Amino acid sequence: MTIPNTDTPPDQAAQRGALLLELQGISKIYPGVVANDGVDLQIRPGEIHAVLGENGAGKSTLMKIIYGVTRQSEGRMLWQGDEIAIDNPAAARSLGIGMVFQHFSLFETLTVVENVALAMPGKPDLAALSQRIEEVSERYGLPVSPRRHVHALSVGERQRVEIIRCLLQEPKLLIMDEPTSVLTPQAVRKLFETLRQLASEGCAILYISHKLDEIRELCHTATVLRGGKVTGHCIPSKETPESMARLMIGKDLPICEHGTVARGGELRLRLAGLSHASPDPFGTDLKDLHLDVHAGEIVGIAGVSGNGQQELLLAISGEEPLAEKYPVQICGTEAGRMSAGQRRRLGMTFVPEDRLGRGAVPSLSLADNAILTAARTRGLVNRGFVNFGLASRFARKCIEQFNVKCNGEGAAAKSLSGGNLQKFIMGREILQNPKLLVCAQPTWGVDVGAAAFIRQSLIDLREKGCAILIISEELDELFEVCDRIAVIAKGRLSPVCPVADTTVERIGVWMSGMWADAEGEAEGTTTQETAHA
Amino acid sequence: MPDFPLRLEPRAEPSRLMSYLSPLIAVALTLLVGLLLFSALGKDPIEGFRYFFINPVRTLYGLSELLLKATPLMMCAIGLAIGFRANVWNIGAEGQFVLGAIGASGAALYFSGSDSAMLLPAMVVAGALAGAAWAAIPALLKTQFNANEILVSLMLVYVAQLLVSWLVFGPWRDPYGFGFPQTEMFHDAALLPILLDGTRLSFAFVIALAMLALGYVFMHRSYTGFKMRVAGEAAAAARYAGFSAKRMIWIGLLCGGGAAGIAGMAEVAGPMGQLTDKVSLGYGFAAIIVAFVGRLNPVGILFASLLMALLFLGGEQVQQYMNLPSSISMVFQGMLLFFLLGSDVFINYRLRIGCAASV
Repeated sequence: MTIPNTDTPPDQAAQRGALLLELQGISKIYPGVVANDGVDLQIRPGEIHAVLGENGAGKSTLMKIIYGVTRQSEGRMLWQGDEIAIDNPAAARSLGIGMVFQHFSLFETLTVVENVALAMPGKPDLAALSQRIEEVSERYGLPVSPRRHVHALSVGERQRVEIIRCLLQEPKLLIMDEPTSVLTPQAVRKLFETLRQLASEGCAILYISHKLDEIRELCHTATVLRGGKVTGHCIPSKETPESMARLMIGKDLPICEHGTVARGGELRLRLAGLSHASPDPFGTDLKDLHLDVHAGEIVGIAGVSGNGQQELLLAISGEEPLAEKYPVQICGTEAGRMSAGQRRRLGMTFVPEDRLGRGAVPSLSLADNAILTAARTRGLVNRGFVNFGLASRFARKCIEQFNVKCNGEGAAAKSLSGGNLQKFIMGREILQNPKLLVCAQPTWGVDVGAAAFIRQSLIDLREKGCAILIISEELDELFEVCDRIAVIAKGRLSPVCPVADTTVERIGVWMSGMWADAEGEAEGTTTQETAHA
Repeated sequence: MPDFPLRLEPRAEPSRLMSYLSPLIAVALTLLVGLLLFSALGKDPIEGFRYFFINPVRTLYGLSELLLKATPLMMCAIGLAIGFRANVWNIGAEGQFVLGAIGASGAALYFSGSDSAMLLPAMVVAGALAGAAWAAIPALLKTQFNANEILVSLMLVYVAQLLVSWLVFGPWRDPYGFGFPQTEMFHDAALLPILLDGTRLSFAFVIALAMLALGYVFMHRSYTGFKMRVAGEAAAAARYAGFSAKRMIWIGLLCGGGAAGIAGMAEVAGPMGQLTDKVSLGYGFAAIIVAFVGRLNPVGILFASLLMALLFLGGEQVQQYMNLPSSISMVFQGMLLFFLLGSDVFINYRLRIGCAASV
């Protein structure tokens, strides 16, 4: 079933030395689900090994077994040739296994060094630890100041703290779970440099991702999982993204069908000089934003996280109502002071970037979560009473039409994987037939198959005449689905330009806050000044 | 970390079984420690157990007294549970209970000559409104100034107790009451009808059951109940859905206050038959324990209120027959909540025996 590794000799860097970690026939059986089914995996010191697979393919379970979060039901684990049982993460760390999770586990009100100290055994001396942090951060090109508070750090910086925390334990094996999903293209470059340096020093890296081009660039070897089983091993540099995708999802990657842009649709969303001071002292103030979104078009807003996206979304969704009415106009109504519920009644639906806890209530069933936003639009409430039968039916429709893998509409939202929950939320908001859909990070942490499906759903919705605004940090995605694109940087919005007339490079430059309009204005003032002179 | 042979391990999912088992474990532990307590006080624990838990319910009269005591607990607890489910922490049901008693008494005294059948309903409404108005103070301060509702509602309990003292020592004192701090006895039209002859169990018990049923429908069937549940489980999701957090606070506090007010009405129009400065009997505080032991669930509250009423009655019995201080029933209430909170840990965690690291 599995291709022996000898058929596909890994890169020279990885071939040296004996196996660091070997998994033999690892199975993990949860009640009703086989998460891992006889998985074999081998990794050598200095090897960057990709674990590739869709949501629910069993990647996370496998990593949890290696990191001691859970125990395998069957199979053996060999560490440097000896069979071991890893009971918990502390045991994994003492062996020399470190893991950087997709969702960070840092205390926001503590400083970097305090956060690092918490993960250390005993009571470390903070001054000495700060110095070690600085050494490690310098050595691996991970600039971060030990004394800063975590809440003031950007997502990229927080990830660095997590990585440094692992590196201080001098790991022999580092597990990285979807590390680039929160980074800018430049930050990804730097991360790869760090990882390559680590590998060259003999540290093995297990790299979990679904971004095929990154894996091709970075990883020496790859193990592909599908449905809990190993479906293949490959050397990513010798594969194409298409061939790896085929291994991963078992068929060709769906390509988004993009119709022609319908011009002159009705105005559905207008930002008319939206300015808003963030209530969060570490937030970004919005400064005089102007934007029009028409029926039948998809407008994208790119930007590095922390440049005002959160604040903009809250201002549009109504979770943070404004003092004035006019800056946010939804379907012709000045809606600035309306609540999120009132704005929804104007025909807007909204997909937030946080799925669990905001887009869905973790402990409630999918049927109950359907009521959350569709109560009025789908008539799930009658004279103040919830019609649970209708709610279940609507939830079932979302599950069926959006291929949500779950245990029926009675399943709790938190029991779903991130990608499946996103599909459910997407389905819930799209099947309400909105006039305007505002969508944040539509495919954040979602695997390729599901991401392609979500993008196609967005395009299909546009074809039906819906106006769509997408705020995303993934440039590739915006270029794939959007008709027009703008950039948000430091709370300001760039001019909007048709995607066909621009390039990824140009938008990348705009992301640092320098766009033609600003330059133009600057030039304009200088010419005026010269005229006066 | 030093290795300790016992450790708590987070469960992947909260245990449903434990959430039902936890109140039963708490009751069992309370009994066990209670027996030890009796021994420590030099009393025969078996006898103590008999006085505390068997004697009160051996007769029909005893049972009726049990239901009588459980009635205000049920009423207060169901109102509190509505707020607690939305993370609105009304700790002042005791004060709202007192205000309900004042409101109902005010109506009874104002219409003291009337024998209209509408007098009792009017007293219920007056009690509910007075209780709700008292709860509106923390609601207003919370929504306007973000004042902590736990502190405000709690402090208002003491204000309410002073208010009732002032009334019964002053303007409302019965002129023929030999100077006792109490109002005149209510006349028949202002007293709740008795359900069972020869007992004190009044129609209030039926009202309490109706309130439980109403609470169930509200919590589990209504859209507002759904919204409050969302607000309690995930505040960010409630904001995302556009549910007004302020409205949840208002509804949570007004329901709690209104229900406690009705309980206060039932007390003065039932077993007391008048308003005295001793109207504050601790039902409002005990109801907090009842609500949690009953898992904020109407059916659970029904059983929890019966249990709590038994602790009240048992406390009186051991006081009478075993010469133990009256605070013994408070000790039992405290133990019950203490053990409940302790066992609740096991809903989200499991106990593991053995050292953490095996390497």
